[in-house]
Amino acid sequence: MFWLAIHFSSLPLEIFSRGGAAPEPIAVIEKQGNRSCVKACNAAASAGGVRPGMQGSSAQALVGNLIVRGRDMAAEQESLAGLAAWAGGFTPDVSLQPPDGLLIEIGSCLRLHRGFNNLISKMRNGLNEMGYTSSLACAPTPHAAWLMALAGKEVAIRESGKLEKVLGELPVRVLDQSRDTLASLEMVGALTLGECMRFPRAGMARRFGQNLLDELDRALGRLPEAREFFVPPPGFERRLELPSQVHEVEALLFAARRLLLELEGYLGLCQAGAQEFELVCCHEDVPDTVLKVGFAQPARDLNRMLLLLRETLGRTRLSAPVHTIMLNASRIQAMELSNLDMFQVSAETGDGNLLLERLRIRLGKEAVFNITPAADHRPELAWRKCDAGEEVRSPSKLQRPLWLLPKPLPCHKDRLELKSGPERIESGWWDGMDAVRDYYVAQGRNGSRLWVFRDRTSGAWFVHGLFA
Amino acid sequence: MNASLDLVLQHPGIWRGDRLAQTGDATTLPTGFAELDEQLPGGGWARGALTEILVEREGIGELRLLLPALAKLSAQSEWQAWVAPPHVPYAPALSVAGVNLKQLLVAQPRTAADAWWTVEQTLRSGACSAVLAWLSKPDERRMRRLQLAAESGRAWGVLFRSASAAQERSTASLRLRLEATANGLAVHILKRRGGYVSKPVMVNLHQTNGVRRARPSAPSLSVVQFPREAVRS
Repeated sequence: MFWLAIHFSSLPLEIFSRGGAAPEPIAVIEKQGNRSCVKACNAAASAGGVRPGMQGSSAQALVGNLIVRGRDMAAEQESLAGLAAWAGGFTPDVSLQPPDGLLIEIGSCLRLHRGFNNLISKMRNGLNEMGYTSSLACAPTPHAAWLMALAGKEVAIRESGKLEKVLGELPVRVLDQSRDTLASLEMVGALTLGECMRFPRAGMARRFGQNLLDELDRALGRLPEAREFFVPPPGFERRLELPSQVHEVEALLFAARRLLLELEGYLGLCQAGAQEFELVCCHEDVPDTVLKVGFAQPARDLNRMLLLLRETLGRTRLSAPVHTIMLNASRIQAMELSNLDMFQVSAETGDGNLLLERLRIRLGKEAVFNITPAADHRPELAWRKCDAGEEVRSPSKLQRPLWLLPKPLPCHKDRLELKSGPERIESGWWDGMDAVRDYYVAQGRNGSRLWVFRDRTSGAWFVHGLFA
Repeated sequence: MNASLDLVLQHPGIWRGDRLAQTGDATTLPTGFAELDEQLPGGGWARGALTEILVEREGIGELRLLLPALAKLSAQSEWQAWVAPPHVPYAPALSVAGVNLKQLLVAQPRTAADAWWTVEQTLRSGACSAVLAWLSKPDERRMRRLQLAAESGRAWGVLFRSASAAQERSTASLRLRLEATANGLAVHILKRRGGYVSKPVMVNLHQTNGVRRARPSAPSLSVVQFPREAVRS
């Protein structure tokens, strides 16, 4: 087993700040008793003198345009679940470490991602793109990896033998123990885990409880640790509050991209693709704008989703500034995966489905279609529009023109020279679109070949098609 | 001859006026009509370029002229798109002619601007190997954009226009004017990469398998062959 721990040190802050591209000063405050203290603030705020632990009102006095948000634990947990879903795109063995961490078993997926370095840099890129700061550490036991990530020690240890030495250097504050235990450990002079481990075990247990020993043993791999793996929810639903109201498409796309990254990971975890997704833009006073993006085939690729969303946004008028966006994907379908190409020969042809989706966004869904023969003897009903990928009937091998006129045109029989026929079609008496006709192939005076018929009830002649 | 001039002449984009342009391999599609292939640079319809087809009246066989090439593309399971067709592309006939309807995309844009955009996108995407378009309001800038899009998407773009456009300038690399004859078409080559052709190419449309004749003994309930005399009366 090889575990990767990711610690999101600024999660309370970043759930608010990551929706915006420009660094605006923002601080998250938390109520402690009857006073509110700054829990975290970003670089722009600390440049103005705001420090964690400071009173909320003093922070606001220091920085005039400070955006202040109350700490939202529920949103943090949602974000963590979103991150777990994203990490699920790499490996299904993802475990939550509330309130602000993830533990991922990567030993089994190293080859898939072409090596450790490759995997870590892919993960780092993804986390940066989603707007999270994180510290990553790897170890053979999940708890050791977590302690190192918590201490900000970004190392990867493969052998259990080295674990004791590296863990020994970590400060005791990273341990998951009560405040009293940590304080008394410091009082007896144990500032690092190594110093704790050197104490006699019996005395340690008597003084600090079995709990502390167990935690150290779990980290060193002497005690087993059972971890529960993350199970993805049946549908994808995420919201992102924007730090300030936006009206520009680019700013919205920036925020939407961060959620789409999570969606991509979620779909990877489910081994599925989205048939469509919707982006809900919440406005202050007017009803929300809902943008729907549909795909010709279930899609998972981030760039494709982003491209189509960009085109949809470009064709939408937002009635008011947006303060929150929500991304929902409920129609999710299992997707067949294609094998990777051993020799990296990319196909030269473009993506037909992408083209189809782009045309549909601009022209409307009904303006782009495929055609198929249909089972009817009446020529105007012997074809219909259909969706791409639908099974196409094979028609009867009768002589038919390439162009059919949507509405038969009346004509004079004496201007036509009948070449072949008739073919009698008599059908449709049951549905009110009765056709009692004799069809001929005719030559027009100007050289065009026409498909004409004589309506046997009225005796009138009509052109119905062109042998173009 | 000058050696450096020789070198220049080997470039596929440069040809002598009295000869047909040489095209790179696999960039042309045989038309299915030997007499027409002879007169076209590279021996067929050029991929990665625009072909303009000017017709006096529709229905004289302008689609049948293209069908062998379209059927061949279908056989290679390549996509094709028809943009803004003036009538209903009739599925039963196309299917019989060998066009794979699963890979035929029909787009019916509402405005002329949308239609031009659609053609450009389909040509550029590289997903469609043939794009047939019936466009209105052409101008030189739009045409040039289409030509560039066809080049970058390596697609065969076919524009159908009325014969009155023959006098206008065009960036299309091949321009043909079609005229109906007794058993086929007279193809006037107005412009090609190569010398001028004064005589039209006579194409017999009935010889090819472009549109297969119905079998006389087609077992179908809707077809009853009547004696001819009975109808004339």
